[in-house]
Amino acid sequence: MGLLSNTVSITRYRVEGKLKKPAIKTVAAGLKEHAVPEIEGDVAEKTVGWTSFQSPYRPDFGGSSFVVGAYFVFSLRIDKKTIPPKVLKKHCAIEEAKRLVEAGRPYLSRHEKKMIKEHVRSVLMSRIPAVPHVYDLIWSYEEGFVWFFSTLKSANEDLESLFLKSFQIPLIRIFPYTLADLSMGLSGQQRDTLLQLSATEFVG
Amino acid sequence: MLDVSVSYNRYKFLGHEFLTWLWYIIETEQRGIRPGPGGVSTLSLGNRVMLENRKDGTAETITITGDEAGLEEGMLALNKGALVTELNLLFRSGDYQWRFTIKGESLHLVGFKGPRTGSVETQEDLEGAVLEKVYLCEQAIQYMDGIFKQFIVLRVSDDWAKKVVPRMKRWIRG
Repeated sequence: MGLLSNTVSITRYRVEGKLKKPAIKTVAAGLKEHAVPEIEGDVAEKTVGWTSFQSPYRPDFGGSSFVVGAYFVFSLRIDKKTIPPKVLKKHCAIEEAKRLVEAGRPYLSRHEKKMIKEHVRSVLMSRIPAVPHVYDLIWSYEEGFVWFFSTLKSANEDLESLFLKSFQIPLIRIFPYTLADLSMGLSGQQRDTLLQLSATEFVG
Repeated sequence: MLDVSVSYNRYKFLGHEFLTWLWYIIETEQRGIRPGPGGVSTLSLGNRVMLENRKDGTAETITITGDEAGLEEGMLALNKGALVTELNLLFRSGDYQWRFTIKGESLHLVGFKGPRTGSVETQEDLEGAVLEKVYLCEQAIQYMDGIFKQFIVLRVSDDWAKKVVPRMKRWIRG
């Protein structure tokens, strides 16, 4: 679900720390350095990188194309290749039969079968296209928040690690405790009480 | 601050208590909810409530869905010790309306549907639509943050145990 879809799902983050100035140049450099690489023809099973919000299949961070008003707007792209198990099984069987004829033996060792499976997997990986998954995000640098338009656990984990790698500042996921502790303007005493809280019993 | 993954699990109950309190306050003290942007706003229950009852290491989940669904089963579950884990809400402000599900433990906003943004034909339209979308999402998010603040300030005060919990217990007992 993209940012402009009628229905969206949002995970909220707080951004801790400041970027090296000028911020736009630092963000552009981080996006370019970690732009999603193409894995067509490659044996890689998965790649994760940044892409443009406006052209997710042709990343372009030229100029300040990722700046909209006071926000940075770009996307996380996760490309994945999946070989259907039956396809892998079929190609392994073909390869094993070919190897038996070549070796003139009635069977193959477990090690040989393992090597064949790895080889077949690599060949298939380089041939099949990767399926792209695009998740938009909005970053308000001034207000120190990021909205990530997915609640998928794996996509959020990939976002958190790539964000830190690209911009050297961490994302803090917003959930009840972090929202209360970081964004609600509680006094020191209230934050101490928060730390000591335990669950309420509403029955009895 | 505590380690994020530790605090996520340690204080998971806070989100469930927040949604249970929110249901209570919508049902009983609508006027007690802080006004939203523009001053005139209403918050009502949507078409889905999910509750969970954790007892003796097992979890029982109760889901009530449908626009015309009765919430008696939910009240019954609260009576047995369940808390609300997900709540679908309808927020209205002026001519605008937002519908979304909020998850207690993560505060994820799921199925978030707000007012429509303008159609996109040019680059300028696209930028305008993004800014409009952010503005509209922010209205609902800020409103919910305001309500969460109301809850958390109460939760860390003496009033929680002295006044709020006894009132909620009476509401749960019916």
